[in-house]
Amino acid sequence: MTSFLAAAIIAATPLLFATLGELIAEKSGSLNLGVEGMMLMGAVIGFSAAYHTGNPVLALLGAFAAGALGALIFAVVTVTLQGNQVVTGLTLTIFGTGFSSFVGDKMIGQSVPKTVQSFFAKIDIPLLGDIPVIGPIFFRQDVFVYLGYLMVILFSIYLFKTRPGLNVRAVGENTAAADASGINITFYKYAHIIFGGGLCGLGGAYLAIVYVPMWQADVVNGRGWIAVALVIFAAWNPTKAFLGSFLFGALSILGMRMQSVNINISQYLLDIVQYVVMIVIVIISTHKNRKEDLPPGNLSESYFREDR
Amino acid sequence: MKKILIASLIIVMVFAMTACGGGSASSGTTGNGTAGADSGESGDDVLTVGFIYIGAVNDGGYTQAQHNGTLAVQEYFKGAVQCIWEENIEDTNAQATQDAAARLKDLGATVIIGTSFGFGEPLYALADSDGYKDITFLHFSGGNINETNFGNYFGAMEEPRYLTGIIAGLQTKTNKLGYVAAYPYTEVKIGINAFTLGAQSVNPATTVNVVYTNSWYDPAGEKAAAEALLDQGCDVITQHADTATPQLAAADAGAFAIGYNLDNSAIEGLEDAFLTAPVWHHDVYLIPAIQAIIDGTWKPEAYYGTMADGYVDLAPLTKNVSDEAKAKVGEISGKIKAGAFPIFVGPIKDNAGNEVVPEGTTLDHAGIWSMEYLVEGVSASE
Repeated sequence: MTSFLAAAIIAATPLLFATLGELIAEKSGSLNLGVEGMMLMGAVIGFSAAYHTGNPVLALLGAFAAGALGALIFAVVTVTLQGNQVVTGLTLTIFGTGFSSFVGDKMIGQSVPKTVQSFFAKIDIPLLGDIPVIGPIFFRQDVFVYLGYLMVILFSIYLFKTRPGLNVRAVGENTAAADASGINITFYKYAHIIFGGGLCGLGGAYLAIVYVPMWQADVVNGRGWIAVALVIFAAWNPTKAFLGSFLFGALSILGMRMQSVNINISQYLLDIVQYVVMIVIVIISTHKNRKEDLPPGNLSESYFREDR
Repeated sequence: MKKILIASLIIVMVFAMTACGGGSASSGTTGNGTAGADSGESGDDVLTVGFIYIGAVNDGGYTQAQHNGTLAVQEYFKGAVQCIWEENIEDTNAQATQDAAARLKDLGATVIIGTSFGFGEPLYALADSDGYKDITFLHFSGGNINETNFGNYFGAMEEPRYLTGIIAGLQTKTNKLGYVAAYPYTEVKIGINAFTLGAQSVNPATTVNVVYTNSWYDPAGEKAAAEALLDQGCDVITQHADTATPQLAAADAGAFAIGYNLDNSAIEGLEDAFLTAPVWHHDVYLIPAIQAIIDGTWKPEAYYGTMADGYVDLAPLTKNVSDEAKAKVGEISGKIKAGAFPIFVGPIKDNAGNEVVPEGTTLDHAGIWSMEYLVEGVSASE
């Protein structure tokens, strides 16, 4: 059971990064459906950097930069040129998929160098790692996973306890009002879309560099879409994003675990369960209409100052 | 505006749903393949052979193994045969398959070879339609055949799989073997059964745990499946799925790995884990078949290549294989190649305890290919 939950954390980590990345973009009012594409861009550039330099830090920076670059394209089109966010996001996914296939073509089957693999080996955190049950699940993981925990904490503080966090929520909630109050809309949107894209890139890089330390085409395999849905599941809250990622990470490997101990439940059925859970939660949160569970008021709308 | 938002969220949900089910058929393989052409200009005496691939020619697995056969054909015939190919064609998409065939025909191909199961039906339909009756079709892994221009080919993968079972049975300490499998299809079950019988022939206490990933291609999913098996105490992992990640998982856990399709012994990190892999040598069939087409003597056939033919084989055994296992494999593979060692010989019980092959019976080709059961000692859920 402990090993299952520890494996669930690993399965959850790429989802967590991508979910947080999408969450922060949506908080600023931008629905970026290019998560899958940005994850693949981060995966291939992160892998390429790791493969060619053997430097784990460069790999992380490269992955972040690649995801951020994808998001920058999205930001230019939707914020500056005021293009449709849904269409642009979908296009970004197609672009990112092609980009990763193109860049990764010559690296298929190549492994991440040992120096990078050992950097991302599992590390016990003293004291915390010794707590029964909790320790082995949460605190005997790799650096990347710990970075994910840190992000959840920083995001919660940033969004709900700081001035810029309040500003970004205002931008997403009511762009016109935020504009009137003197917040630099363009800056906030660009910054959060790009940072979010960087996190999506890191999510993809986790798969390519740490979990599957060998380049394989389409390593993300649909996880970007799950992350987009997880933002809704999490009601735009970083802590719930962590819980949601953990739940979906666990569900995604549950079928295999059950098969390995010969419990006869179809993985297809479990795949369905994930989405039934998702739909039910979305329906419930829509009906309860609790203010904090609602999407940012101006999500997915382009902002024209002259429209006011 | 709210309505548009809700509508777009619904679209997202739909995408999320298809994303999981769609697996490999989605984004990664949507790009239309590019036709590659390697050799000389086509003159009157040059035969152009077109291949349709499900994946990329350097995918590190299934398609790369297919393409190695193509390159061997190219090499063997030098200028007399020109090989061209279409990559990343979805084998669940009949229209895409026929479009790929049409492009190959436009480029001058008079032989079209479909290398994945799903290409069979669309190509079979095409073979009988106007404009294609002069084209010779060869299909890998299907059963279709006609009297003029459509033949099929496959191999007795159960023979090398049985041998890998022998190795696994001798190398395991826990007597638990792990098998990462794509789908519960007949072809996969034949492999699982052959592997299990091989292991039990040298170590009757061995059991085989199977985890299906429900995808031919899912790097992270295959690794997760292998990890689940390793956590159950399996100490040799094998696979019928397309990526090398189950082998990496085995290596991480200090267990042994048996691959599929390609010899991965040189991959970094697998040095102390990789044992061998059952492999295909497609050129063993393709070269004589194409020679017959050139000579005008080709007739549609259902080819089933064996180890004796050299069509299926084991990758070279690595240093990780014990001397005892090497000797045993040498002995049995000699018998298999001599035609003196059928794989499925009764009595065989299925894993529900029913006798499926009675004593004194040996399964023939049709018997093997109607296998819907898993043998005693296999645990799997479907």
